[in-house]
Amino acid sequence: MRPEAREAVITVRGLRNQFGAQVIHDHLDLDVWRGEVLGIVGGSGTGKSVLMRTIVGLNRPRAGSINVLGVDVLGADEDVRHAVERRWGVLFQDGALFSSLTVAQNIEVPMKEHLDLPDKLRAEIARLKVKLVGLPPEAADKFPSELSGGMRKRAGLARALALDPEIVFLDEPTAGLDPVGATAFDNLIKDLQQALGLTVFMVTHDLDSLYAICDRIAVLAEKRVLVEGPIEVMLEQTHPWIREYFHGPRARAALGA
Amino acid sequence: MNAEIGKTTFWQTARREGGLGCACTGAWIIANAAAIDAAIAGTESVSGHAILDLGGLSRLDTAGAHLIVKAERRLAAGGATVERIGARPEYETLLELVTCDAARLVPPPPGPPWIIRFLGGIGQSTVNAGHEARDLIGFIGLVIVTLARLIVKPWRLRLTSLVFNIEQVGFNAMPIIGLLSFLIGVVMAYQGADQLARFGAQIYVVNLLGISVLRELGVLMTSIIVAGRSGSAFTAQIGSMKLREEIDAMRTIGLDPVEVLVLPRVLALIVALPLLTFFADIMGLLGGALMAWSSLDLPPRLFLTQLQQAVELHTFFVGLIKAPVFAMTIAIVGCYMGMKVSGSAESVGKMTTASVVLSIFLVIVIDAFFSVFFSMVGL
Repeated sequence: MRPEAREAVITVRGLRNQFGAQVIHDHLDLDVWRGEVLGIVGGSGTGKSVLMRTIVGLNRPRAGSINVLGVDVLGADEDVRHAVERRWGVLFQDGALFSSLTVAQNIEVPMKEHLDLPDKLRAEIARLKVKLVGLPPEAADKFPSELSGGMRKRAGLARALALDPEIVFLDEPTAGLDPVGATAFDNLIKDLQQALGLTVFMVTHDLDSLYAICDRIAVLAEKRVLVEGPIEVMLEQTHPWIREYFHGPRARAALGA
Repeated sequence: MNAEIGKTTFWQTARREGGLGCACTGAWIIANAAAIDAAIAGTESVSGHAILDLGGLSRLDTAGAHLIVKAERRLAAGGATVERIGARPEYETLLELVTCDAARLVPPPPGPPWIIRFLGGIGQSTVNAGHEARDLIGFIGLVIVTLARLIVKPWRLRLTSLVFNIEQVGFNAMPIIGLLSFLIGVVMAYQGADQLARFGAQIYVVNLLGISVLRELGVLMTSIIVAGRSGSAFTAQIGSMKLREEIDAMRTIGLDPVEVLVLPRVLALIVALPLLTFFADIMGLLGGALMAWSSLDLPPRLFLTQLQQAVELHTFFVGLIKAPVFAMTIAIVGCYMGMKVSGSAESVGKMTTASVVLSIFLVIVIDAFFSVFFSMVGL
């Protein structure tokens, strides 16, 4: 993508997050461009998930500004925020499906909340999403507790995609999946991203995902985004942690694949 | 983007030679899905050749793509051959992605009529109740075996846990149990005196109070409060541990969950409930005595004298002997329901409710058996 054609869908400036005396982020700046897959990496405790939670409004930062799809999400009033929330979907680590509802009902929840659709059409679309994320038809009428971890993730993704959002936030989407399942999940995200023109904000540790589907990677370290850029840029870095991360044995294996 | 709703006609059809020409225009997105769905529903099926022009689409998402596929299917149902023209390449990809067997998008039929489901439900619950009873008896056996092992090897008792649980279920329950028993005593004395006054036999309010509180009410009230307060806590604690695989972790480390979790709770309640019952008895009598003094002018000294005549020692023990049995019932049911939690957070709530209901039910049933037994042996 040519730099001048880029449009920022998420802009974070001067973000500061602090829990008690522990500072997680300080002067963190980040841009996410429309239509890209951005991978967020960083060691344990560098606040990858906290960053995601802050952007989607689950965590109030101490300082800084966050702009999503042209809306200042920290300062906007309720209605404006609500309208923006409709335009993004979030997949939590374990799917976070509502345990008292079936998969199809879970997917229908955002549609019921935000749209006025006839019951039949809503049920069709919910089942279509089940198909899109690669779940078997019978999974639609199962409860989350009856599904495996990988299936719960897919179901969670289906719910995140229920309203055909412009941005999806994924928190470690391939963690806990077997390599075949993880690759399938990567391909699914890439396919959906290309077909729907999605912007994907992905917290991940999976080097295969980073190589296979991320257009750009942002490394969180020293309380901010230390480096950002495509994988080639990462490979040239001299920072010890980044070097270790992208040149370790696992990284070489992923690169070789 | 919302301005398009209502203004745009999303779907136009025109008869043409040899078939039908259809044009999809505007934003076929989920926000407009209801309107589009209604529009395409009016299209009758045709025979011949139908052309679907997608050139006028301004936006398309999965819901819109699904509706295009649905429209095509509707046209094809009449035997028409459908040809798609003017679609952008990315739309083609999307259309391919959403194309699937129509049958899988239909929810399964709702099942048999309600009367069959109702009767089936009764049968199912009966069978479940049978299984429940069998499993509960099995669990009681397990607890007793573990208890027997503990008697042989008493050093395996988790003393810290036991003391902690006694504090939780016993000491911390004293304010609420004291207050409620006191109030029950007040109410009993007041109501009893009201009735007995008709015969001029107010003094017998002491007999009424002494026997009913010591024999039944003290222990029953205490058990019911403890079942609601501690039995439910046992279920929720053990249930959450079960959900987070802590129980499984214990087993792999070689710890016996029954020994570590269940026994301290059962023993704690067996110790605490008789003590609480004694406390409840005293508070109940105190409440009654105060009421008798203030409204019947029955001085405490007279109350005590009358109490000594009315109540024999065995009345007090008949009440108290039930406490350990109730304690064991409540604790075992609470722990058993906790162990049965599985799957989801919802299950914890369901089992906690079931635990309270079952333990109160059992306490009252066992109390009835005690009454029959005591009357047979003449106490």
